[in-house]
Order: sequence, then C-alpha cells, then structure tokens
Amino acid sequence: MTRHVTALLTRDAEGLFWMARYLERVENLARLIDVTQTFESPGREAEAWGALVAIMADQEGITERQLPFDAPSIKRFYLLDATNPNGIPGALEVARINARRLRPLISTEMWMQLNVFHRDVMSIDRSELEGDALSRLCRRIKEGVQAHTGITEGTFFRDQGWHFYEIGRLIERADQTTRLLDIKYHLLSPVMAEERRVVELTQWNALLRAAAGYHAFRRVSVAGFVPADVVAFLLLDTSFARSVALCIAQMEWHLHNLRSRYGLRDSAGVLERISEVRGGMNQDIPALLEHGLHGFLDGMQRDLQGLAELIGTAFFRDWRPLKATPGPTPTPAQSMGEGMTQTMGGMSQTLR
Amino acid sequence: MTIPIPDPFASYDAGPYFCELTTRDGDAATQIRARLGAIGLDALRARARAAERDLFNLGITFTVYSDATAIDRILPFDCVPRIITAAEWAVLERGVQQRVRAINLFLQDIYNKRHIVRDGIVPHDLIYGNANYRPEMEGFPVRFGTYAHICGIDLVRDQAGQFCVLEDNARTPSGVSYVVENRHLMLRAFPDLVAGMRLRPVDDYGRRLRSAMDEIAPEGVVDPQVVLLSPGIYNSAYFEHVFLAREMGVPLVEGADLVVEDDRVWMRTTGGLRRVHTIYRRIGDDFLDPSVFRPESMLGVRGLIGAWRKGHVTLANAVGTGVADDKAIYAYMPRIIKYFLGEDAILPNVETHICGEPAGLKYTLDHLHELVTKPVGESGGYGITVGPRATLAELEASRAAILAEPGNWISQPMIGLSVSPTLTETGLRPRHLDLRPYAVTGRDTWVLPGGLTRVALKEGSLIVNSSQGGGSKDTWVLAE
Repeated sequence: MTRHVTALLTRDAEGLFWMARYLERVENLARLIDVTQTFESPGREAEAWGALVAIMADQEGITERQLPFDAPSIKRFYLLDATNPNGIPGALEVARINARRLRPLISTEMWMQLNVFHRDVMSIDRSELEGDALSRLCRRIKEGVQAHTGITEGTFFRDQGWHFYEIGRLIERADQTTRLLDIKYHLLSPVMAEERRVVELTQWNALLRAAAGYHAFRRVSVAGFVPADVVAFLLLDTSFARSVALCIAQMEWHLHNLRSRYGLRDSAGVLERISEVRGGMNQDIPALLEHGLHGFLDGMQRDLQGLAELIGTAFFRDWRPLKATPGPTPTPAQSMGEGMTQTMGGMSQTLR
Repeated sequence: MTIPIPDPFASYDAGPYFCELTTRDGDAATQIRARLGAIGLDALRARARAAERDLFNLGITFTVYSDATAIDRILPFDCVPRIITAAEWAVLERGVQQRVRAINLFLQDIYNKRHIVRDGIVPHDLIYGNANYRPEMEGFPVRFGTYAHICGIDLVRDQAGQFCVLEDNARTPSGVSYVVENRHLMLRAFPDLVAGMRLRPVDDYGRRLRSAMDEIAPEGVVDPQVVLLSPGIYNSAYFEHVFLAREMGVPLVEGADLVVEDDRVWMRTTGGLRRVHTIYRRIGDDFLDPSVFRPESMLGVRGLIGAWRKGHVTLANAVGTGVADDKAIYAYMPRIIKYFLGEDAILPNVETHICGEPAGLKYTLDHLHELVTKPVGESGGYGITVGPRATLAELEASRAAILAEPGNWISQPMIGLSVSPTLTETGLRPRHLDLRPYAVTGRDTWVLPGGLTRVALKEGSLIVNSSQGGGSKDTWVLAE
C-alpha cells in the first residue's frame, strides 16, 4: 500500500520554488554575460557591461561595493562575488542552501550534481573572465544548470513539490527573457543609417542566439524580418521554450494541478492574477516598439514580481488550514516570523 | 610476464593486540586477506581516494565550524572491512538487547517507584542529584515502558579478544547513517572484495526505525504521522537527519515548522495544519520547549512538553534518558542488569572501580600507576589521569583529588583496544578501533547487525572520535 497524497511542508514548497528560481537565474545570467561580451566594441567595453548592470537593476549593488563602472569590475561582480545575490556564485549559493534543506525531497543525483557544480563555480578563476575563456566559462555554467534540469526531469518525484519547483523555474525564466530583450534598449546604436542597420541586425541575431532561439526563429520568420518579429517571437511564440507566453501557460497548468489534485484552494486567486498578466500581453508589437518597449518590459517584470508575491502569500506564508481539518484555529502566519526559518527565508527570498 | 603484486600483509604486525582480521581463522578472514593482496596497495589507495571523493560529492559529510566558516568534512573511510563472525554477533546482539532492556527498566523505576534506590543498589544522589534527571518525567507513563527508543552502545575489544562496554548512549546517538553509507560505498568501490561474501544487510534500519516510531505513537492513532525534528542545516550532524528522514520516508522538520494548539502538535503544510503523532527529535532535552526548558531556545516548539504530557504526541527518545547513560551510572550497570533481570551482564563493563565505595577506593589508591582515573561528574572528559603515562607529581595530584571527594571518581585499567589492518601511507598497519551497535526499541528491541566501527587513524592513538583524526570502516557481520 502506498500513500497517494503526502503532505508538503510550506517551508519545503517555498524552498523548491526558490531553488528552481535561482538555478534558472544562474543559467540566464550566463546567457546574458555571454551576449554582453559579443556586444563589446573595442575601446568602449564599459558601455556593453553598463547595459547589463542596467537591465539587472544592479546599479546600487555596484555603488555599494564602490566598484568602478568598468568591464573587469562588472564581470567580477557577476562571476566572482558570492555576496551578490544577483550574480552567478551568489545565486548558486542560495540555490544550494535551499537544496541542502530539501535533501529529503530531491533525488540524490540532483543533490550530488548541484554540490559538484557549486564547488566548480565557487572556484572560478579571474583568468577565466578574460577573452575567449569567458565564453567557455559561460557555456560551462549553462551546461551545469542544464545538467541539473535534465537530472531533475529524469529523477525528481512528481508530486506537489515538483509543481512548486516548476512554477519557480518558469516565473524566473519569463522574467529573464524580458531582461534579455531589454538589453537592446540600453545599447546605443550608431547614428549612420547603413552602419546602424548592420549593427542592429548583428545585435538581434546575438540576442536570439543568447536565448537559444536563433535557428528556430530562422525557420518561422520571413526573409526580410523586422525587429518586431524578433520581439513577438521571444515574448509570444508558445513554441519557443523561453517565451514569456509559454512560461505563463505552463505555470497555469501547474497551478490547475495544485488545485485539482492537491486541493490547494488558494490556487484560484493566483490563477486569476495570472490570466490578467496573460491578458496584458495581448499587444500590438510594432506599436509597442514605437512607444518604447522598455516601459512594457518594465511593467511585465513588475507583474511577474507581483505574481511571485501572491504565490508566496497563497502557499508559503499566509497558510490556512483546510476547512475539513478538525481542531482549533491556527496561529496567524506571523508566528512563522520566529526562529531560524525567518532568517533563512529572508535569504532565500532575496529579490533584486 | 606479469610482475607479482607484493603482499600488503608482508610487514603487517598487530603486536600484542587482538587483530580483527589476522588473529582469527575462518574462510572469510582468509579470503579477505587474499583479495586485498590481489588488488594490491596501489590500487587500494587509488580506489580509496576515489571512494572518499565520492562521499564528498554526495555530501555525506559533517560540518566543522571554526571562525564563522563552515567546512564540510567527510568521515574518512578505510577500505579494509571489520568482520564480526556469526557466533560473535549472536552474543553481541543478545548483550545489547539485555543492556537496552535494563536501561529502560532502570528509567521506568527511577521515574516511578524508585525501588533501586530503596534497595540500596544505586546511591540516591547519583540519580536524583544528576543534572540529566528530569522531574517532569516523574510518574509519566510511556508506551511499552520504552524510554530510550534509539540506543548506541559503545564497545571495545581487549587484548584477550573480549568485548566490553565502554559507554552507553541513550540520548541521541549519532553515526548510524555512516553504517549504511559505508556499506553502499563498499559495494560501489570494492565489489570484488564483497563478491560472494554472505553478509548481514544493514539497509533495513530506516524501515525498522519507522515501524518502531509508528508503534510508539499515542494509542488509538491508526496511521500515525511521524516526523524527524532537526536543529537545521547548520547542525554538524545534519546529513544524518536527512538520511534518517529519507530512510523512514517522513518529513524532516525544524521547530518553526511545528505549532502546538490545544495541546496537540501540528505541522505547517501547503494544505494547512496537519497533526503530528511521533517526533524523532535530534535536539537535546534543554532545547525542546522554550516555555519549559531554555527560554532562549529557537530550535524547539513552544508548548511541546505540554502536548507530550497530555499524551497527544510521543517523543523519541523520551525526555530524561540522559541520567541512564551518565558515566557515574555506567559503573553500576552490571548491578542494574542483575537487579532488574536477574541475569549477569552478557557484555561486561570495562573493569571499573567505584571510589565512592571503600573497596574500590582502596584498590584505586593502591594501583594508581596502572589505572586510568576519571571524574564522573558533569565535567566528564576532563581531569582524566592515565596512570602508566603520568609523572609522580601528577599521580600525587590525582590521589589528593580522589581523597578529597571519592564519590566523584572511578578508575579503570588501560585497555589495549583491538586493531585492524588499516590503509596508511606506509601500507597496511594496525590501528585501534571500537564498535557502536545501534538498538531500536518500540515494543521490542531490534539491533542493526554490526554497527559503526570507528578507527583511530593515527599510529598508537586510542581516540576514535571524528574530531580527532578518527575514521570509519564498513562492518561485516557474517551470516552463518
């Protein structure tokens, strides 16, 4: 005899959500850093890296550390500084702390790979940030997360916890796709028309490559594509693995499961909000580009952030008992504020 | 032409000690020696290194804290297995069961009728003046009379090959995860060493523990919810907590995951509050409930002791078992066994002289230069004088201390712990070891075949603790 519905601690649900989020962030950061390097123009390296800081909204982190806004400092900020939760070692550190708590739930193979990957990333050497080594490093980091994703796909038990894991991963992926797209806003293009056309083309192609969508886009696009086509592809094409629309559709599926299979009624409110977010995406892309894509992407990021907060209160902290549960009224969520969980929770919830 | 591999046992000499591998006959011992020889020292070293890397990658580690930095360390694994024959195990198993039975009867007595004190077997103050005695337990019924559900009994083997008890662990003995993980590691890294050997399996521990935890749940509960309560990821034994929760298939909780309402314990889940019936707690008595014990404890659960006293939740081990595994009580264990069970101890204590008794005091003072003297009080571990290695001045200081307060002292002869061939820089060398079998008790007592063999990796050292250069071995209990 086996039990079909096992209980999931709210702390573990939250841990899975954040572990997945931070790992997805690591992969996307590697993609962003890789593409940023291709945008470097000789003698003006700092411009490309400054754009990265802008889209990650990390100006404050740089200033706090009193770092100069130059390429070497910014690279170190994202690749060597474990105290930066928006950087690769920092995000991986948080992912591993969560994983460590989740060891009873995740597979041994997931833990072992993460453990080894973590050690590798913590020992990144300065020399790997230079020249052609950087691209190899980014590939290694991407592959580390991809190995994690693959092992998870093949070994992680698919009960309630898996849904929370997937929701975390998807929300981060959607967010990161909007940031990748935003990089275009922050990059200066040359003034001369012809030169500008060539640079634009190169930049859009690099962006598609960073999102692993270059070849797929070639297949679906017409020969004389315009920027609006790329934007529509990255945001709205539900066949594209990293599109915001696909991430949202998948999140909806997971939330439906949490409601129907596990009776988590608070899914309803989250589903409502998510359909609002989806509604907000029905936009005329050429018009968007006209009025400024950046504002739209910014709004999208705020929507996703709001969604994450709602998920947090619906499932992780503002818990309520099932109506069927006998017994007294539980203490309100604030009592979670006592003890160690709070400290750790605070750590795992660091958002930019 | 193949170059013959030199025999790694060629220069092995166990000296005056009992060797767990070479001081015995039998097919298994002979076979293991032959197989180790066939693998050869170089290959043994290479595989041992790979095996240890594996442990590290798997996070089968304990955490050492120094200067605010946390370092994950593995418990070094020695690839030469320690063997226990079926006949030896039959005695050890019965001996451990007997000891656990006596410990539980003793606890039941001291917290209820107090006959053992009335009959003058154990001095009153030793129990009721003990810091680990918990008045909260007085008159409190526990299911099946089991207080110490999980027990670890530390055994050593002397020069004559006799197993003796060195220490009882009736609070939260740790290390069992290494028993199981060492076996897994052995099977992965040394399949040719294990092949065809008929060994008692060790991977039943989680299932046995789980059914004991189910048994002791409050009466009337049909499908009890068991949880493992851990202080969290910063505890040095966190891996073991993960291991146990996983092997039992129960949630690993921290204090903040639990809440007490209406004298019942609940855990916070995504589906709301859910009742908890049995808690295997890996935190000390003092930290369980800030409203009863240490008010500053953040590890425990407010109201837990109240819920427990109402009988709505079971704690394993029970509160207050520490009084039974105290050094002072240890000396009385043979008499405690005799008193409650009417039997002689199957596993003798290390010969212990109680200075609080005239005969013991006289013997100790007459033989100070041959004995190890230990204070029994709270400061255990400190103040030990090793007679054969002490200066005259140290011996005189020890004499004065004993005379000043005889009841605070015991003495024991120096034990020449048994050895096992152990892989070192210079080849296979004898190193001292001990053995900790684990007993799980719900309604009955089950003993995990074998236990944790710890080995002192430093030459001549008798200290097997992981913090002081100790390692571990896979322990093979041979089937008939």
